[in-house]
Amino acid sequence: MNEYLQLMKSELMVILIIFILMFIKLGKGLPNGTLLSLVQLLLLINVAVSFGFNETGRIFNGMFVHNELAGFQKGILSLAVYLISLLCSDWLKDHEHMPEFFMLMLSALLGMFFLVSSDHLLMFYLSLELASIPVAAMANFDLERRKSSEAAMKMVMSSALASGIMLFGISLIYGISGSLDFATIWGSLRNEPLHIMAFVFLFSAFAFKLSVVPFHFWTADVYEGSPVAVTAFLSVASKGAVSFALFNILYKLFPNLSAPWYTLVVVLSILTMLIGNFFALRQDNFLRFLAFSSIAQVGFILVALSGQNSQVISAVTYFVLVYVFSNLAAFGVASVLRSQLGIENISQLKGLYKTSPALAWALALGLFSLAGIPPAAGFFGKLFLLMAGAAKGNYWFITIAALNMIVSLYYYLRIVKLVFSAPDGEQVQEVKILKPVGLGLVICSAGIVLAGIVSWIYDHINSMV
Amino acid sequence: MNPTNILLIPLLPLLSFVLLGLFGKSFFKTKAGLVGCSLMLVSFIIAVVTASSYFFSTGLQNGQYQQLKPFIMPWLKFANGLVIEMGLLIDPLSMIMIFVVTFISLMVHIFSLSYMKGEERFHVYYAFLGLFTFSMLGLVLSSNIFQIYIFWELVGVSSFLLIGFFYQKSSALAAAKKAFIVTRFADLGFLIGILLLSAQAGTLDFLELISKLSTPGDTLTSALATTFMGFSALSWGLALVFMGAAGKSAMFPLHIWLPDAMEGPTPVSALIHAATMVVAGVFLVARLYPVYAFSGAGFVHFIDDIGAFTALFAAIIACTQTDIKRVLAYSTISQIGFMMFALGQVPPETNGAANLGYTASIFHLFTHAIFKALLFLGAGAVIHYVHSNEMKDMGGLRKKMPVTHAMFLLACLAIAGIPPFAGFFSKEEILLAAWENNPTIFWMALVTSGLTAFYMFRLYFSIFWNKEPEGHHHHEKEGDIFLLAPLVILGIGTVVAGFVPFSQLVSADRKPFETELHLQFSIAPVVVGLTGILLASWMYRKHSAVPENLARNMGGFYKAAKNKFYIDELWLGFTKGVLFNLIAKPAAWFDRNIVDGMVKATGSGMEWISYRIRGVQSGKVQQYGLFFLFGIIIIVSVYLFKNVPWR
Repeated sequence: MNEYLQLMKSELMVILIIFILMFIKLGKGLPNGTLLSLVQLLLLINVAVSFGFNETGRIFNGMFVHNELAGFQKGILSLAVYLISLLCSDWLKDHEHMPEFFMLMLSALLGMFFLVSSDHLLMFYLSLELASIPVAAMANFDLERRKSSEAAMKMVMSSALASGIMLFGISLIYGISGSLDFATIWGSLRNEPLHIMAFVFLFSAFAFKLSVVPFHFWTADVYEGSPVAVTAFLSVASKGAVSFALFNILYKLFPNLSAPWYTLVVVLSILTMLIGNFFALRQDNFLRFLAFSSIAQVGFILVALSGQNSQVISAVTYFVLVYVFSNLAAFGVASVLRSQLGIENISQLKGLYKTSPALAWALALGLFSLAGIPPAAGFFGKLFLLMAGAAKGNYWFITIAALNMIVSLYYYLRIVKLVFSAPDGEQVQEVKILKPVGLGLVICSAGIVLAGIVSWIYDHINSMV
Repeated sequence: MNPTNILLIPLLPLLSFVLLGLFGKSFFKTKAGLVGCSLMLVSFIIAVVTASSYFFSTGLQNGQYQQLKPFIMPWLKFANGLVIEMGLLIDPLSMIMIFVVTFISLMVHIFSLSYMKGEERFHVYYAFLGLFTFSMLGLVLSSNIFQIYIFWELVGVSSFLLIGFFYQKSSALAAAKKAFIVTRFADLGFLIGILLLSAQAGTLDFLELISKLSTPGDTLTSALATTFMGFSALSWGLALVFMGAAGKSAMFPLHIWLPDAMEGPTPVSALIHAATMVVAGVFLVARLYPVYAFSGAGFVHFIDDIGAFTALFAAIIACTQTDIKRVLAYSTISQIGFMMFALGQVPPETNGAANLGYTASIFHLFTHAIFKALLFLGAGAVIHYVHSNEMKDMGGLRKKMPVTHAMFLLACLAIAGIPPFAGFFSKEEILLAAWENNPTIFWMALVTSGLTAFYMFRLYFSIFWNKEPEGHHHHEKEGDIFLLAPLVILGIGTVVAGFVPFSQLVSADRKPFETELHLQFSIAPVVVGLTGILLASWMYRKHSAVPENLARNMGGFYKAAKNKFYIDELWLGFTKGVLFNLIAKPAAWFDRNIVDGMVKATGSGMEWISYRIRGVQSGKVQQYGLFFLFGIIIIVSVYLFKNVPWR
């Protein structure tokens, strides 16, 4: 029993928070402001619980595996959720269904935790569903906006298709090996047509969740329509968790098929970077822009995943950590502007610096880091990804990836330039930065500056692999 | 060598950045400038003490300057035993550079007290200056090639912030963005080059890397044996690193960002775009000099040609510009071209030991930093006075701005290579090195020298002589002590810097050697320089309206005046018709449309493609599902039909 408590501490913590929220909702309830602060506090505790004291072990007949690295990854996801709860305070504090929103988000987080820890295909499937269905419900949370419901519908339908394909793949694997346990399956998978087909089906479902081209079509519509908090959650926490899981799939389940999947990952990675960048160049809607830029970022994660060496997972984990800080800084600013001023387009950001320099700096820092400019942490994130990928010796591929960094620089700087240019005509109105939002932006900025310079972080991740 | 002292040199400007960035608005306000200046002054004093104690007591041992690493700490650890360190590298090159950087930065800090007074974001400006100075010092003191890259980018970021400082002007922001993207593109090559070189040498540390790649051994053999598209891995590495250097140092065809960067405040142009950041490329090549000289023999000629061509090309363009800062910008490009091709003068027999080109290049870097900073600050004082960058708004300022005038004249004489000013000595050494190695380059450089003298004095006469333009009557004072003191100090520097026995301090193999002046050799360059000055004086000292007045008032002089006018026209016709229209204009056009256009076309081409493919993103969920299935079908069928190779 003690072992279960120890290994599942983060999962139990999340369940506990969900129950607390449920009791509050069922009982007299609390004023929204107080409740929000309470949830933020609980989520902070959750971050501490996830990062601290991680033991190694397997429970539930080996279905659930926990170790230091998994603990760290869960910590990153918890951190992302905590930051979202801070940064989206503007929107959350007035929402009549705030407890439900958190219950759904935490359920999805729970799904992600199980996803990171699962070592069994059934568990894998269930946790992936748990991680995505609540998000579809969350996408509908801007109740009066039609686009929000549309986003939810699109998300649910597309996910159902992906899940169906994935189940097909899983059933093929079961047919081949007669088992669903990673440890027994991988030996029986070989480089044969049926096995490859099973792999492609399984992989496509992940590619869908990660918005890898050509499975990315849902992304822009859903990102644009959903509330900013949900978009942030999808693009940071969801992408992070699925990247960790994809590593497990590629390296634990299909190591015998590494030759065919290497080609696939390389080709899709190039496509993803190119398409993501091309679309991002022309977007004017800020959230759609972030959606496409996050597609391009996923392309870089695939670069590392193609590497087939021990550096891959530490590079990916580190990158996701940095990505949490950088992307959430941008989303935080987007959320404040959308809830207070209704700003949705990039062109409306013109002259933001004049009225709210703090927001402008936070946004610029986040974009610099996303563009991978040293010494912002984003540069080291990209560097480690590229180095992990380069170990394979495919230099053309790495050069293409590096050239894509320059293209992305072009559009990230375009926004920085707009933000700092003088407003012509009507100015961006002044915004009020709530305390939690300020705290969130400070954490993000500090993370961007420090995660690169403090070498201890990468060392620490590396030591856990 | 006390490491703490040396660490303080870059850390004090960083402290200035942090203090002013955090508390500038609330606490220091208008005192921000004083805080920045005093921290910079302390940093400068420590730098002078460090450099002089290195050069005159501790550095020289057994007839060779030592390379010391007084401070090293591990920074990033990779699992496979690769550790990236942070450290300080002390050698003659880095000591000269810390002197140059702290000196010019201090002058700019003081000058800005007056120049930027009353700016709304005064404290932010000083904070950025601190950040830049920190990054530049970190760059020149770096002990390994990865560390230099980080500071290299940080320098780029601070330059971006400072060019775009007047963010209300959209041209300033566009220039900042352009500078950043062009140099970033070059830096991509640099980064790949670093990875290549360090992979070949198995280390990132400069000293180890240089010794492994410039002395015969297994490492060098394998680096030369590994080939890619017909060139060895070493050549690729060196070429890519040079690409980074060419981007920062504005070598053709990557020079396009520098003239636009003049949108930044003028003192910033003096610091970043004249004296320090733009010579970082020269510094980098000098840092890896043994490798370039020993192993990259073929490549060195390429550096040679690029440098000499850039020098000539930029000098021709400089003759056509009317914005005084742009003239100075092209002149900077041209002078960096001199430094670059000087580095390429490697005599074949000595294998890079004790050669004149290296010393001459760093010498020119040193003197150029001083007189070009003076030119920019002088131009800043003029701009401050007349509130315009255009030559047509200036003229006749020599009586109104006597101090600026005198100092500007000194700097013009120095850059024109007139003895005994600083530029004469360094340019002389460069020309001598070229004469001994590659006469073609020498002749190109000689022509460039003449052009340099011409356009600089065109600038000088148009600003300070000529006629005061109509409707511009300025009666204010020239400027306060903060504006003039840096000019005078730099002016003194321009006179004395040439007498520094540079070959005793800096040489390729770190062994002092003797150089002497060859008087007969100096005749040609000085005569060429004087010709340029006379030509400029003839054409620009007086306005062409003068003859008209003379003709009206004094009939006797009419004919002579007309005659003069005729010759004037002839000269103008020659310069305008031949030099301007046939050579300079096409060159400028080529510059603007082809070189610049290529960069633009890449961006807009991608925009076009993105516009085309946007139609796919229609917003219909059924279609998305269809695409999803198509994706899977394509992947699966590719695998099924191409399955054979993997079996």
